[in-house]
Amino acid sequence: MRRVAVVGVGCTKVGELWDKSLKDLVVESATKALDDAGIDNIDVVYVGNALAQILQNQSNLGSLVADCLGFEGIPAISVEAADASGSLAFHEAYKAVKFGWADKVLVVGVEKMSDSSSEEVSKALMTFEDQDYVAFTGITQAGIHALLLKFYMEKFGVKHEDIAMFAVEAHKKASKNPYAQFRNLIKLEDIFRSPVVADPLRLLEHTTLADGSASLILCPLEEAKKLKLQPIEVLASSTATDRFFLHERADMLTFNSTVKAAEKAFKEAKISRDQIDVVETHDSSTILGVISLEDLGFVEKGKGANFVVEGNITIDGRLPTNTMGGLKGRGHPLGATGVYQLVEVVWQLRGEAGENQVKNVKVGLTHTVGGVGSFASVNILGCLG
Amino acid sequence: MKPSKNVGILGYGGYIPVYRVKTSEIARIWGRDDDYLQAEEVAVASMDEDSVTMAVEAARYALKRAKVNPEEIGAIYIGSESKPYAVKSSGTIVAEAIGASPNITAADFEFACKGGTEALQTCIGLVAARMIKYGLAIGVDTAQAAPADELEYTVACGGAAFLVGPKTENTIAYFEGSTSYVTDTPDFWRRAEEPYPSHAGRFTGEPAYFRHIINAAKNLMDELGYKPEDFDYAVFHQPNFKFPVRAGLMLGFTRKQLEPGLLIPSLGNAYAGSALLGLVAVLDVAKPGERILLASYGSGSGSDAFSIVVQNNPSKGNPTPFISRLLSRKKYIDYAEYAKYRRKIVF
Amino acid sequence: MTIASAPRYWREIKYRYRLIGSRCLKCGKIYFPHRHICLVCGHRKLEDYKLSEKGVVEVFTVIRRNYPLGYEKNAPYIVGLIRLEDGVKVLSQIVDCHPEEIKPGMLVELTFRKVKEDGKKGIIEYGYKFKPIFR
Repeated sequence: MRRVAVVGVGCTKVGELWDKSLKDLVVESATKALDDAGIDNIDVVYVGNALAQILQNQSNLGSLVADCLGFEGIPAISVEAADASGSLAFHEAYKAVKFGWADKVLVVGVEKMSDSSSEEVSKALMTFEDQDYVAFTGITQAGIHALLLKFYMEKFGVKHEDIAMFAVEAHKKASKNPYAQFRNLIKLEDIFRSPVVADPLRLLEHTTLADGSASLILCPLEEAKKLKLQPIEVLASSTATDRFFLHERADMLTFNSTVKAAEKAFKEAKISRDQIDVVETHDSSTILGVISLEDLGFVEKGKGANFVVEGNITIDGRLPTNTMGGLKGRGHPLGATGVYQLVEVVWQLRGEAGENQVKNVKVGLTHTVGGVGSFASVNILGCLG
Repeated sequence: MKPSKNVGILGYGGYIPVYRVKTSEIARIWGRDDDYLQAEEVAVASMDEDSVTMAVEAARYALKRAKVNPEEIGAIYIGSESKPYAVKSSGTIVAEAIGASPNITAADFEFACKGGTEALQTCIGLVAARMIKYGLAIGVDTAQAAPADELEYTVACGGAAFLVGPKTENTIAYFEGSTSYVTDTPDFWRRAEEPYPSHAGRFTGEPAYFRHIINAAKNLMDELGYKPEDFDYAVFHQPNFKFPVRAGLMLGFTRKQLEPGLLIPSLGNAYAGSALLGLVAVLDVAKPGERILLASYGSGSGSDAFSIVVQNNPSKGNPTPFISRLLSRKKYIDYAEYAKYRRKIVF
Repeated sequence: MTIASAPRYWREIKYRYRLIGSRCLKCGKIYFPHRHICLVCGHRKLEDYKLSEKGVVEVFTVIRRNYPLGYEKNAPYIVGLIRLEDGVKVLSQIVDCHPEEIKPGMLVELTFRKVKEDGKKGIIEYGYKFKPIFR
């Protein structure tokens, strides 16, 4: 087993990128990552994507990406885990290097959503849940989040406004991220003036269609030292699942997938939670952001919203979270999101995060969720040496 | 027609959807006088209801009362002129929904508003012949009327189901006999590709409705040796308020005998569900020993008349809602919602 | 518009029409929807189990935007989590009432409704929904 490092990162802007096709996005982020690493060939590529088969009618993405990048003949693996596909691709790539199977590995996360209508996307998002008994009811992903939101508020006596603050915080950081989908600041009043998507969840609490691609390059730590002054090490990468049907879970407000993945990651990295300097977590809606902070173990169940309201997740707060805007602010191009989170932690570790730079970052954690918690991935990167 | 062996009703159920539109609201849209109206309000099925879903509800009510094993139902016949599939029997879906498949015969009957009573006759025949143990007969419709047509002021949605089987001392009621009167009389029809029916105005009265109902009822009474006084109730098909009342009076029945079965003012005309829902309303209040005349009318034309004798108190221990309860459970909608639910707005 | 799959719909008919789930023959745990392997004890033999037709609403929402294709005609509609009398939970639309009329803990019962239609030519998909208990 070898120690693994990230030696190159790159990404496109996130948004409705009308001029860019799926392939255009891939080439842009991957070439940026290759240039950043100073290399021009790789052993294998891992692709993370959630909905190309449905929205773009395009399968066989591994081969497609290898081809459009000009890497003839290399092994190419495409993986899918709903909106955690990017993290899963990273996880597989990490294993490949760790266990000595490959030396230079490219991870590409990509998603192209804006070619489709909102209704098509809404239907496609429900492919992350059971088709015959959950999607069949006509519920939307926002609807499931709304049920969780209501349940959470009733159970813990928390105000909707406090949970909604997660989105306000997200936009604050996104406004300073040149790659972010949303550059505007929003206030709580804006959120509660926005239309109700599914009672009581508001439009501005939930992510929307986004295109984007993020890439990174992995290699053994020893090789990385030869290439870069300050290689970023992958300290841990783990995944876990939870019961597929939300209503079959003992506690709907705890994603055991996150809990288990976090436990494994902290154990593998041999560090404790108070050593984490930045967190990139899964706020596809405000309530999921709150639940994630709790399931990751940073705050007690039921106290997540309060934690945010008290100012703990700001850039100079106790636990800087979603430092480049998170899913809500930077955007959520599904299969690419997991890789964006990793790229952002690398920026933080390198001191390249611009206006959102957190001081003295040594360890960062990323957390991505697939569907409504049926899958989760936790990754820990660090610059300890 | 007298069955060779007595056939009784083991369970029955009526279903009326929640929504209502006031006929004055329909009149408002089309600029009509509202002192002409035959019904005050009519029942409207929701967007996600159709004849099949209503048939299932009525059938489930009937089964709750009858408490029989659905697998022992040998036939399911549904009379309707608003089948969601022109080709694919509604009976197949209802049978599956109540757990009666697959050892069952099923078919859909069409004879305008008398499809349900035909289903009943057929079930009676099969039970009497001991070809089946139990039969389920349903009359149900989401009645259609073209926008601004006169029919819009009466058409409604609803249906009723009857589970019949061999008469025992526990059956709710039994059939003494049935008579039909059928001719080729084109008073009201719907061509195969058309969404709405057409009718011949005043021709639907004397030569159609009255001729067939009066003849069927008279022939039944003659065959059984009865006079109007031998009946406690008379239920007729109700396309409007005037026709069933006039037919009843012409046959010698009194208003008292007619009233319990007259649902048109608060329900409307549920086509193949109309007469059978009237029968359900009567059974809800009938007492043992009482006799009911039922006469349906189907345009095209024909009438099925029945004589039914009540054995056990139908309302006693009834686990399902009474018609009066179903009628009082209502939410009003305006014409726009009505047009949307009834697919008059095509999208 | 995709054409709905008739065989896929047909396979689920008895489960969706009559609310049939599974019960583990070893530990007795009940599931809806049906499954082959028990999540609790891992046993591989589960029998068909007819669930109770009555329950209470635990939590619900109203879907107001971005209707999945095929569901827009019923908009807006209520979807809730219902805890049936036998303890099993089921996600389902709730009909015949306005959102303001629903309260957590409200009693509901099974009803049979159209869930979606495949345009004018395709099949009609029927299934379970719940409505306020009515006597």
